[in-house]
Amino acid sequence: MSRVEEVEGAGANGTADATGAADANATADGTGPVDATRTADAAGTLRGPSPLWTLGLFRSELTTTLRRWRTLALLGVLAAVPVLIGIAVKIETSDGGPVGDGGGQGPAFITQITNNGLFLVFAALAATLPVFLPMTIGVVAGDAIAGEASSGTLRYLLVAPAGRTRLLFAKYAATCAFCLVATLVVAGSALAVGALLFPLGDVVTISGTRISFGDGLLRAALVAVVVAASLAGIAALGLFVSTLTGSGIAAMATTVGLLITVQILDTIPQLHGIHPYLFPHYWLSFADLMREPVHWDEVVKNLGLQGVYVAVFGSAAWARFTAKDITA
Amino acid sequence: MTAAMQTGVETVIETRGLTKRYRGGQLAVDGLDLTVPAGSVFGFLGPNGSGKTTTIRMLMGLIDPTAGSATVLGRPMPRAVRTVLPQVGALIEGPALYGFLNGRDNLLRYDSADPSADPRTRGARVAAALDRVGLTSAAGKKAKAYSLGMKQRLGLAAALLRPRRLLVLDEPTNGLDPQGMREIRWLVRELAADGTTVFLSSHLLDEIEQVCTHAAVMAQGRLLTQGPVADLAAGARGRLAVVTPDTGDAARLLKELGVTGLSVEQDRVTGELPGADVELAELSAALVHGGVRVRGFGIERASLEDAFVALTGEGFDVAG
Ligand SMILES: Nc1ncnc2c1ncn2[C@@H]1O[C@H](COP(=O)(O)OP(=O)(O)OP(=O)(O)O)[C@@H](O)[C@H]1O
Ligand SMILES: [Mg+2]
Repeated sequence: MSRVEEVEGAGANGTADATGAADANATADGTGPVDATRTADAAGTLRGPSPLWTLGLFRSELTTTLRRWRTLALLGVLAAVPVLIGIAVKIETSDGGPVGDGGGQGPAFITQITNNGLFLVFAALAATLPVFLPMTIGVVAGDAIAGEASSGTLRYLLVAPAGRTRLLFAKYAATCAFCLVATLVVAGSALAVGALLFPLGDVVTISGTRISFGDGLLRAALVAVVVAASLAGIAALGLFVSTLTGSGIAAMATTVGLLITVQILDTIPQLHGIHPYLFPHYWLSFADLMREPVHWDEVVKNLGLQGVYVAVFGSAAWARFTAKDITA
Repeated sequence: MTAAMQTGVETVIETRGLTKRYRGGQLAVDGLDLTVPAGSVFGFLGPNGSGKTTTIRMLMGLIDPTAGSATVLGRPMPRAVRTVLPQVGALIEGPALYGFLNGRDNLLRYDSADPSADPRTRGARVAAALDRVGLTSAAGKKAKAYSLGMKQRLGLAAALLRPRRLLVLDEPTNGLDPQGMREIRWLVRELAADGTTVFLSSHLLDEIEQVCTHAAVMAQGRLLTQGPVADLAAGARGRLAVVTPDTGDAARLLKELGVTGLSVEQDRVTGELPGADVELAELSAALVHGGVRVRGFGIERASLEDAFVALTGEGFDVAG
């Protein structure tokens, strides 16, 4: 069951707004700047709120998320991964031998890094996508509603009034923007470390053909965007979990727990029947973007699957949040 | 002319049979019929757990009523939250802040949550709100480093970010020092003078008595009474009090003059007020004439506290 909320701009509301403006003018109190503000506000109210003002909440969400030390610590960990990979590869190959001498099978693209630092971007994304990246998103998405509920700030956002649907959209949009930020942090750090420790130059694709370094950079950007989009599913899942509980910690733990469970299920061969429906199943398909010509098959499947998760868990989160009693 | 007259809303809050039963089965509010007149400073009284905060949550659209209806500023809640709440400032069950943001950024965040608040005037409005609650010098400090009273002030500032037609304050003086309490009273009076209706829940009865024009008393989810404060206090009748060293004579004379319910304590004799047909001046003259050295003579007005205790009982225990 969801609540019906009246939309703005109805006839009666126009009157109310005008009155609000009149009040604002009538409210004279002492200091100069206050008066000026009130008058400006009154004028603004008369012209009616601009639809663009609604973006203020999204901006506020994103900046608030990025100003938490917890978020910064997670981004710091993400930025450190390429550094570690880069240094490890550098040390292992300092005697001139190729990577993987020991016969171990590292993440994809590792072997090409010594020839071209750009491959550190792909290697780092392949290394962080299974756990680190989605864990970061799980923490941010899980905390989105539940964290505000446990600190009590949710009730003040709602009486502001943020509007339940609008708040949920802003939260989801900010989480998706954060997916892109997190991915770009990995990619940016990898590019910097790669350029520092290894040579850069023409890129040899998986198919064996050569493309220019500029084209390679474009591919890297495309890969980053696809990786960020791969995280849309877990972002929606986390947001849904977040609407179920009043404890931010519980929501974060549940979301990360779900991620790990699904990742494990994805590795059990006996369960191959359900594998195509698990959200991380096609994550590593971004490697196909490094083929010449690009293999879009699994990439499209991945994005489609994310879309299904967003639709299902997004609706569930909306149904839950708009009908929920906010008692915290 | 008040805002109410312009829009034809004479009652700012009106509930009909408003009822809330929590999921645990707790009946927190039971058939509440509340009427808050426009322009009033309305005191909402009740012992702990009587359902005040629950009522306020329903009025603000945070929880759905189990039964009954509520209108705020003439519009149904929670349907009309988006049109009503920009005109309402609220402090509900204490302030809630982002500890990792400073005071100013907390207010900026709450203001940007309101889609009808103009971002061009945001900074100036935030500064004005901070100034109004006396937090300007602490605006750059992280909110987690605020004292309880400072947090309370910041919560109030959030309620004052825009000109409001209704202010809902759930125990606003909680944690404030005496100076802070006085400032809040002063602020409430100032806002009321501007035509803002103030709905104030509190335990501090003398505070309600000092600022409120109207009051309602709740107990165990039910409304016991509501109306102008003067009427409520008058409900618990005042007493005649005579201060004199000659208490024995005074009591005897008053009894002869028809005053009932006399009691003597130290140098005071008090009794039920006689009916309207007895002129008080005659009583005092009779006492003086009878040789009683009258040092004080008058009516002790019943306080709101007397009325409150008479309604809710003396017991201290919270009803389950
Ligand atoms: N989230 C909840 N779930 C279940 N019961 C609740 C919940 N919140 C409050 N109650 C119950 O509802 C009743 C009314 O609580 P409410 O918070 O409205 O009281 P109050 O008048 O604000 O009290 P106080 O003066 O202590 O703030 C209490 O019996 C309380 O136990
Ligand atoms: Mg309360």
